[in-house]
Amino acid sequence: MGNSAAPVLTRPPTSVGVVTPQRATFDAPLALRSGTSLPAFELVYETYGKLNAARSNAILICHALNASHHVAGIHADRNESEGWWDNMVGPGKPVDTDRFFVVGVNNLGSCFGSTGPASINPATAKPWGADFPIVTVEDWVDAQARLADRLEIGRFAAVMGGSLGGMQALAWAIRYPQRIGRALVIAAAPNLSAQNIAFNEVARAAIMADPDFHAGRYHDYGAKPLRGLRVARMVGHITYISDEQMGERFGRQLRDGLNYSFAPEFEIESYLRYQGEKFAEYFDANTYLGITKALDYFDPASATGGDLAQALSPARCRFLVIAFTTDWRFSPARSREIVKALVDNRRDVCYAEIVAPHGHDAFLLDTPQYHAIVRAYLARAAEEDAT
Amino acid sequence: MSASYSTRADFSTIAGWIAANARVLDLGCGDGSLLAYLRESRGAFGYGIEIDDAGVLASIGNGVNVIQSDLESGLAGFDNRSFDSVILSQTLQAMRHTEEIVLEMLRVGREAIVTFPNFGHWSHRMQVLRGRMPVSKNLPYQWYDTPNIHLCTVADFDAFCAARGFDVLERVVLHDARRVSMLPNLLGSLAIYRFRHGAAAA
Repeated sequence: MGNSAAPVLTRPPTSVGVVTPQRATFDAPLALRSGTSLPAFELVYETYGKLNAARSNAILICHALNASHHVAGIHADRNESEGWWDNMVGPGKPVDTDRFFVVGVNNLGSCFGSTGPASINPATAKPWGADFPIVTVEDWVDAQARLADRLEIGRFAAVMGGSLGGMQALAWAIRYPQRIGRALVIAAAPNLSAQNIAFNEVARAAIMADPDFHAGRYHDYGAKPLRGLRVARMVGHITYISDEQMGERFGRQLRDGLNYSFAPEFEIESYLRYQGEKFAEYFDANTYLGITKALDYFDPASATGGDLAQALSPARCRFLVIAFTTDWRFSPARSREIVKALVDNRRDVCYAEIVAPHGHDAFLLDTPQYHAIVRAYLARAAEEDAT
Repeated sequence: MSASYSTRADFSTIAGWIAANARVLDLGCGDGSLLAYLRESRGAFGYGIEIDDAGVLASIGNGVNVIQSDLESGLAGFDNRSFDSVILSQTLQAMRHTEEIVLEMLRVGREAIVTFPNFGHWSHRMQVLRGRMPVSKNLPYQWYDTPNIHLCTVADFDAFCAARGFDVLERVVLHDARRVSMLPNLLGSLAIYRFRHGAAAA
């Protein structure tokens, strides 16, 4: 593709292999958007690849609702422990760990090791539960910046994420314009629509209606609102898949004919129940409530009277915005709003609209054009940053 | 950074019409060659619009700002007068909404630059006289596989601009990358126009 720079050899894509999560403890209070603050907190993170001598090749991966710091590779002590974006991150993969030092971090309020509602509140020596403050996308980004300080990364070559992760990349561009070279905003939106918020509210209502919820203090009762969490996940899952994909995979297929009962009879019913069961086993209900609130609250343009271009005016980095044709949760039109606001600010921006049948979940899959775009963009980034 | 982007005959003419550090929008930017060329030769900043996956991917590889979008649906993502020049290089003849896109170009840009293969070139006329649809270097397709649906001649485009009150600032007609000044509609194979809304319309 017509470039004079020395070709960078890439090996066949492989896994980063066995990885070990690390833990960083922060003792200075973190002021939160809600007006409260966290006196101290911990972040769990993983890194892949090597930080170069100039400390300029770091990429931060931000996770969405139910994922974690475990982006790539496997954990030695668990089966089926492949990272949630292992198809994207690794040696020879689109986010090439032979070139980049990749950081995955678990967000505050989550339930995979970073401080959250299931963590012990030092003030009471009991789980935070319902007392854990609501943290926002901006709070997450501020905490991630603390981690960058700890890792002595002054500036990320890129901050990248899909869905809610893409919103964090946007927030990075606005809040820390000098600390980010590029933002990769994938399957995201500049804010949630009324419909998006409505689905979140149904999920929250399901959790809060569970008798085992106990107003968020279920830890005190030795209970878990599993039924509510399952329904929350079922609702969410519907929004991750396109109608056409769901129709193709399940259609009106029955498991065992019609039994004239309320047991699951259609394949889609048992699939959703399975997804709900699986999710409720490992996810914390208070975390689900908090993260859906973070989604609902995200709206950088709210600070500028609804003017997204003005909200994005502090940004200095380059942008790659990617949307998927059948994503009805965060449709391409929402991504185009971001692109328009960046064009209005004369920022460097590329926008790719990937033809994919899967719906919102496409950002986790490996559609060839999608991965080729990320690969080309970051390969170019590596060349630009080297000169 | 030196580059070996593909360069087409119309690139240097277009570059000559672009002010230093101008803001440009390239419609149907392909692999981003023209924008990369304008960035290197004129310090231009801008965006390309491309619908084709391969073009978008190649543009990204060339470090060009590319926005994947269908030109046929207009330029809604761009504000009025937000560019110095809006370029449509050898794409006009393949568009369905020809007049609409030209008006959109003059909405978002102060000036429009349009290039197209001249259907009036003598070799095309000869082929039509012999009863066949023309096939040439600039029109390399057979009638059944051509993307070109709105071919025109230099005289046609002159009339198009005149009828809409466009102010044609410059017109260059080339053949084999050389400028044709005599009988351009007969001897030229590639036409390049720079125009804007006339005083009455602006």
